[in-house]
Amino acid sequence: MLKVHRDICGYCGCCVSVCKEGALELIDAYLEVGPGCTDCGVCAKACPVGALEVGRE
Amino acid sequence: MKKHYDLLIIGGGPAGAIAARTAAKAGLSACIVEKRPAIGAPVRCAEGIGIESLAEFVKPDPCFISAEMQRAAIVAPDGTTMILDSESAGGKVGYVLDRKVFDRELVWQAAEAGADVAVKTRASAPIMNDGKVCGATLEFCGTKTDVMADVVVAADGVESKFSKWCGIDTTVPLREIMSSAQYIVTDIDIDPHCTVFCLGNNVAPQGYLWVFPKGDRTANVGIGISGMKSGTGHRAKDYLDRYMAAKFPNGKTIEWIVGGVSVCRPLACTVTDGLIITGDAARVVDPLTGGGIYNAMYTGDLAAKVAIDAIEKGDTSKSALMPYDRQWRESKMGQTIERNYHIKEYMINLTDAKLNAIIQTATSINLKEFSTLQLAKELVKRDPKLLLELAVLKGHIK
Ligand SMILES: Cc1cc2nc3c(=O)[nH]c(=O)nc-3n(C[C@H](O)[C@H](O)[C@H](O)COP(=O)(O)OP(=O)(O)OC[C@H]3O[C@@H](n4cnc5c(N)ncnc54)[C@H](O)[C@@H]3O)c2cc1C
Repeated sequence: MLKVHRDICGYCGCCVSVCKEGALELIDAYLEVGPGCTDCGVCAKACPVGALEVGRE
Repeated sequence: MKKHYDLLIIGGGPAGAIAARTAAKAGLSACIVEKRPAIGAPVRCAEGIGIESLAEFVKPDPCFISAEMQRAAIVAPDGTTMILDSESAGGKVGYVLDRKVFDRELVWQAAEAGADVAVKTRASAPIMNDGKVCGATLEFCGTKTDVMADVVVAADGVESKFSKWCGIDTTVPLREIMSSAQYIVTDIDIDPHCTVFCLGNNVAPQGYLWVFPKGDRTANVGIGISGMKSGTGHRAKDYLDRYMAAKFPNGKTIEWIVGGVSVCRPLACTVTDGLIITGDAARVVDPLTGGGIYNAMYTGDLAAKVAIDAIEKGDTSKSALMPYDRQWRESKMGQTIERNYHIKEYMINLTDAKLNAIIQTATSINLKEFSTLQLAKELVKRDPKLLLELAVLKGHIK
């Protein structure tokens, strides 16, 4: 399960652009993780601040 | 808000605003929907733009210009600094904008021309009919409204979802997303008319770090690194914090900005039935510089022009909208993207030693024109060894 550390997230949308599944969406100041997420971890790698965490990374 | 518009524009950034302005000026009904509660905020940009590029779409106004740039400095990994001075344009090469004001100004202009604007309103799904995009479902404070349009313009930026919902793959490859962080730092010693670009695999792997002045003692200090090079302990923010500690330990950070910039090739096709994709959503950022404000305005304007024509002829199918895709690719902007993509692909594989050598060579050159093309040409001229290496590039930078 992808975990969003909301205290770190800067809601910039960088992660959304690299998500192949289209599972992420930036709804104003809130990053939503949809059911399509496969825990691939690409978003977590791209995040400029480290706000995303997959399972036990 | 009406039930039907000639043009429904998703996103109130520069692409969307210019598309709406152009359409409204031509007498078409247009509506911008912007999911954020405020246009232009939060800023996701270093705010640099060339003077001519800006002037093509909007009259320069001190209200949205933070500073005027006269030169650029490129700093090699070993600290060697190459200064690019401008002899043209009265010594002025570019501006650092205030995007909060700038983006609002553009939307104002669109509204003044007659366009409708809806903020805190999110397009949450396309309305499709027989595979054709005919509108969007809009959400505002918990209520959903369907709005129809002859043409929908996706101007929804780097985090674009709309085109994906319409079946177009917009995924940016991990290695081609510039994972970015930026602080607005004040109370620092800088050259207030010089943009600084720092290169190096320890400074900004496969990207660069920038200092873009916003006043005498204030600057956007930011960095973009390849998503591929990003990870725990070595993210954009980590590199930026290290630079700040070394360079501006006493600077005061008054704004904290993060973002992503695509430096991939543009989408394979930027239209479909009833839909035109513009700006960052179309991935038309300059892959070498990461600059996308001008390209967003350019494609927004062109999208509206092609849509106007298509609507007039009563055909908004993919083939009727294709002139948009063709025209921007053939334009100077399209050609620059293509050329700079190749230069970028070359640059990102350079070792620090090579970067040092190139910049040392380049410091001996007096550039008359401030442009990446000119720089690349000069480099090839100066260093015959480099010429061999640049053989792949040669075709692209003639
Ligand atoms: C750190 C950083 C530094 C940069 N520096 C520069 C620079 O110095 N010079 C330069 O030229 N470019 C720079 N860029 C790039 C530049 O910011 C973009 O290219 C430019 O903003 C693109 O404009 P746009 O209109 O396409 O998208 P945006 O300006 O991103 O606007 C898109 C808008 O659409 C809205 N939106 C998204 N989805 C929806 C939806 N479903 N419904 C409603 N609204 C939606 C968003 O909220 C947003 O307001 C930088 C980018 C970053 C991240």
